Amino acid sequence: MANLNSVLPPLTERSGPLRWMRKNLFGSWLDSLLTVLGALLVYWAVKGFLTWALTVAEWEVISANLRLILIGQYPIEQAWRLWTWLAILFFLAGNSIGIWARGSKYAFVVLFTPALLILLPFGSASRIWLAALTLTGLIGWGLGRARPHALKRSVIAGWVILLPVIILLTRGWSETEGSAVPIVTTNLWGGLLLTFLLTVVAILFSFPLGVLLALGRRSKLPIIRWSSVAYIELVRGVPLITILFMAQLMLPLFLPEGVAIDRVVRAMVGMTLFSAAYLAENVRGGLQAIPRGQYEAAHALGLSGAQTMTLIVLPQALRLVIPILVGQFIAVFKDTSLVAIVGLFDLLGIAKTVLAQPAFLGLQREVYVFISLIYWVLSYGMSYLSQRLEERLGAGGR
Amino acid sequence: MTQDNIISVRDVHKWYGNYHALRGVSMDVKKREVIVIFGPSGSGKSTFIRTINRLEDHQRGQILVDGIELTHDVRNIEQVRAETGMVFQQFNLFPHLTVLQNITLAPLQVRKWTRQKAEEVAMQLLERVGIPDQAQKFPGQLSGGQQQRVAIARALAMQPKIMLFDEPTSALDPEMIKEVLDVMVELAKSGMTMLVVTHEMGFARAVADRMFFFDQGQIVESGKPDDIFKNPKEERTKLFLSQILAH
Ligand SMILES: Nc1ncnc2c1ncn2[C@@H]1O[C@H](COP(=O)(O)OP(=O)(O)O)[C@@H](O)[C@H]1O
Ligand SMILES: [Mg+2]
Repeated sequence: MANLNSVLPPLTERSGPLRWMRKNLFGSWLDSLLTVLGALLVYWAVKGFLTWALTVAEWEVISANLRLILIGQYPIEQAWRLWTWLAILFFLAGNSIGIWARGSKYAFVVLFTPALLILLPFGSASRIWLAALTLTGLIGWGLGRARPHALKRSVIAGWVILLPVIILLTRGWSETEGSAVPIVTTNLWGGLLLTFLLTVVAILFSFPLGVLLALGRRSKLPIIRWSSVAYIELVRGVPLITILFMAQLMLPLFLPEGVAIDRVVRAMVGMTLFSAAYLAENVRGGLQAIPRGQYEAAHALGLSGAQTMTLIVLPQALRLVIPILVGQFIAVFKDTSLVAIVGLFDLLGIAKTVLAQPAFLGLQREVYVFISLIYWVLSYGMSYLSQRLEERLGAGGR
Repeated sequence: MTQDNIISVRDVHKWYGNYHALRGVSMDVKKREVIVIFGPSGSGKSTFIRTINRLEDHQRGQILVDGIELTHDVRNIEQVRAETGMVFQQFNLFPHLTVLQNITLAPLQVRKWTRQKAEEVAMQLLERVGIPDQAQKFPGQLSGGQQQRVAIARALAMQPKIMLFDEPTSALDPEMIKEVLDVMVELAKSGMTMLVVTHEMGFARAVADRMFFFDQGQIVESGKPDDIFKNPKEERTKLFLSQILAH
């Protein structure tokens, strides 16, 4: 007995589910009470929700409107254009994972999400496309693994031109009747498609703008510093919705007669300008954390101010603020829902359209639960991937 | 006589706000000379050595480095910096870059060497400072002594004519001081022009050509190490030396 005790850790520290529960859930009288109360609460909430979801809810509203929710009024016979850029996106993603995250199981699993979506009530054409997405992703992954060095540059180039390609394919370019890629005007873009495009454009454009504003705020030249501060503080001082309204109503006032800017573009501009101000503040936080010695060492080596910024300071500052930036990007994604108020048909806007159909009156719960689910899955996905990214970058860090 | 002076400092004054940090400092340094600067904390040693590559500007007087006058002219400043290596007390390596990238960065960006040449030179330098096997590591993975040797290699990679050291061993654990000093002694013997702020009097004795004692923003006394150690002329020098040589 004495012998055993000297070898094994004390009883309370041994593992096993029962011991774990005892230690963490029923450690004290108060803990036990909270555990029981908490369990009851969860049980009550989950039971209520499941009862509703499985017996009461009329999910036909989702299956009947799935296309509307995903792409709005985008003409179905042109949907192949969206599938095509999705395929390019998955190819590049697979490629990148094969090159840079070869060992990562999590990243690899991402490629199978389209295959998983086949379970949703899609038509057979869509299901084939979904399978094709996973397939192109896997092909890209295989190529990336096989020839990482040869493909690096072309993959980076691919990412750089991806957004223009997406916009071009989505919009089309031919004015002639009956052509293969007729223009699809933006008033037909909707649902997740519109939400996605608004988010991506706002993030991609606000990033460089925000970094420039952050640098401007620290500039030695008073004019640049003051205008950066003025911009940042002005934008941060007003709600996004007012900026969206101004972009819709006031932007045309500044333009010459006859030049009309598309409503979707106006929303994109509003989102970008808004996001840039917050991004600037977040990046500034990172910049402030870089010690003076880093600037001095760079200058002492003969690097110019611009080289010091781009090669030494910004890479470190941005790495420090990745978690904050991802948080902000997720916020941008969710904030795009405000464009519904200025009359666009993003996920939220389209939900209202769906609910306006006589056949589906009163099914708010089903629709909003489903829309929320989409928002949550994508937000959580972004946050999860960013944590993985941080771990990988952190390995090389200080 | 100014011909063979690679550094010429004439009556330099520097203020931080109202604080008069350098009060008329003059110094001439010949090629291949090793200068040791010492003096109490706050006496302006760092400030002085940092005016030589314009990390600090001066408000009065004249500084010529290899014939180039340091003024507000950015081209002059960059030229002087490219010819002057600096090693800091806190190493100031770039933590997001590997050792090899730390060393090749400036040759690639400023000198526009090919990657092959830059890496060859970097590896030779790592060999010279005794850590060729650490090239692919990040600074955070090295000991203090190793980091400081990387910092020396990084400065040398630009093939500078002058090396400035600001208390290069003060942040090191005692057992690592020697490995850094050995590298500096070797460098001094190879004929590098060096300005070294340090209180390592063993180093000064071994390689210094001249020593300068700073106090309250001025040079109080200067001379050959032998004279400074054996018969310092100024009371303040005597007092300071007795304090640091006591332990
Ligand atoms: N950036 C600065 N701003 C204001 N005062 C400074 C600054 N840097 C140094 N000083 C002051 O100048 C004096 C000389 O500093 P320094 O050259 O660092 O001395 P040393 O290196 O000899 O210890 C000190 O009194 C210090 O407080
Ligand atoms: Mg100092």
